[in-house]
Amino acid sequence: MHEVGLAQQTLEIALDAARREGAQTVRKLCLRIGEWSGVELEALRFALELVTEGTPAEGAELIMERVPPACRCAACDCLFNVAEYDYHCPKCGAESQQLCQGREMDLVSLEVA
Amino acid sequence: MCDHCGCSAPPPDAAHEHDHSHAHAHGHAHGHTHHHDHDEERRTVALHQSLMAKNNLLAERNRGFFLGRGLLALNLMSSPGSGKTALLERTLCDLRDEFKMATLVGDLATDNDAVRLRKAGSPSVQISTGTVCHLDAHMIQHALEDLGAAQVDLLFIENVGNLVCPAGFDLGEDLRVVVMAVTEGEDKPLKYPSIFHGADVVLINKVDLAEAVEWTSDKAREHVRQAAPHATQLEVSARTGAGLEAWYSLLRERLLAKRAPRTAGHAHSH
Repeated sequence: MHEVGLAQQTLEIALDAARREGAQTVRKLCLRIGEWSGVELEALRFALELVTEGTPAEGAELIMERVPPACRCAACDCLFNVAEYDYHCPKCGAESQQLCQGREMDLVSLEVA
Repeated sequence: MCDHCGCSAPPPDAAHEHDHSHAHAHGHAHGHTHHHDHDEERRTVALHQSLMAKNNLLAERNRGFFLGRGLLALNLMSSPGSGKTALLERTLCDLRDEFKMATLVGDLATDNDAVRLRKAGSPSVQISTGTVCHLDAHMIQHALEDLGAAQVDLLFIENVGNLVCPAGFDLGEDLRVVVMAVTEGEDKPLKYPSIFHGADVVLINKVDLAEAVEWTSDKAREHVRQAAPHATQLEVSARTGAGLEAWYSLLRERLLAKRAPRTAGHAHSH
């Protein structure tokens, strides 16, 4: 799995942002991870603990939000979760082809000091 | 040394702060933070940045490169042993007189596949990923440098055999092709919904073995349709050649479609 690589990306983005802010340390990282991103949360947590060691982000609190796959209906604009491979809008029955969430791996925010 | 992305650049200067982090014991005196509120002020920084941002940027560069060259790039993904390499060998042979083709092949180790594909008469670059379970846009960029200036109509990228991780990495391709073999069972699309949902084309390979493994075509088609309602489904056998004409037609159509707007654009500027 590629959680270590993702953890390194996370750290890089976080340290860049902290530097821009003139902050000394990163105290908290808030992530949004889609259920279809292929990322295992516990593996990512472990990898982040590993790669932040000895950096200004060492010991930072990790908040991870798991995001279920969902589509936005092209016909009626309704947002619905994809359950059991059903891509049909529960309101109007139209079939959606595009996921609007569920694949993301985002660093939403951080807390610095 | 990488000019595009600084990939051999040293990591962020984290180690310098080492002493600070050793003084971590300060953290225990938690109460202190109240006294030092003014110099320990926490603030929230909103980022909303994708961890894939770097990959996505490089993927867009690849996409621009493909567009500039007028070539059609295909990302072939599957579990190990579904017959991606055999399918490509056959395709390279059958379309040899019609198109200039090249392949980039990802594997953890060995260049066996690149050697096989070169024997089929097209340039091939092996990407050895070491322990990495997928190809990313950066690896493609370097492999394209290795491929050199060869003129190419169709570029096949054979991803690392894996039905999980490759789904998350945009390589800049035009078409995502997921290959599954009849020996894998009809419910593969339901077991790996993420990669199947991202597919433009699902190729069911080894249909010559269908009877031996009691493959139920209707059931499989329905499962693919459930997981990837928008995907084109093709049943082929790389060994016997069954169904391959439909695959070749798809390649011809997509290449034409990709090149068409460019031609129109030129006419306009004239």
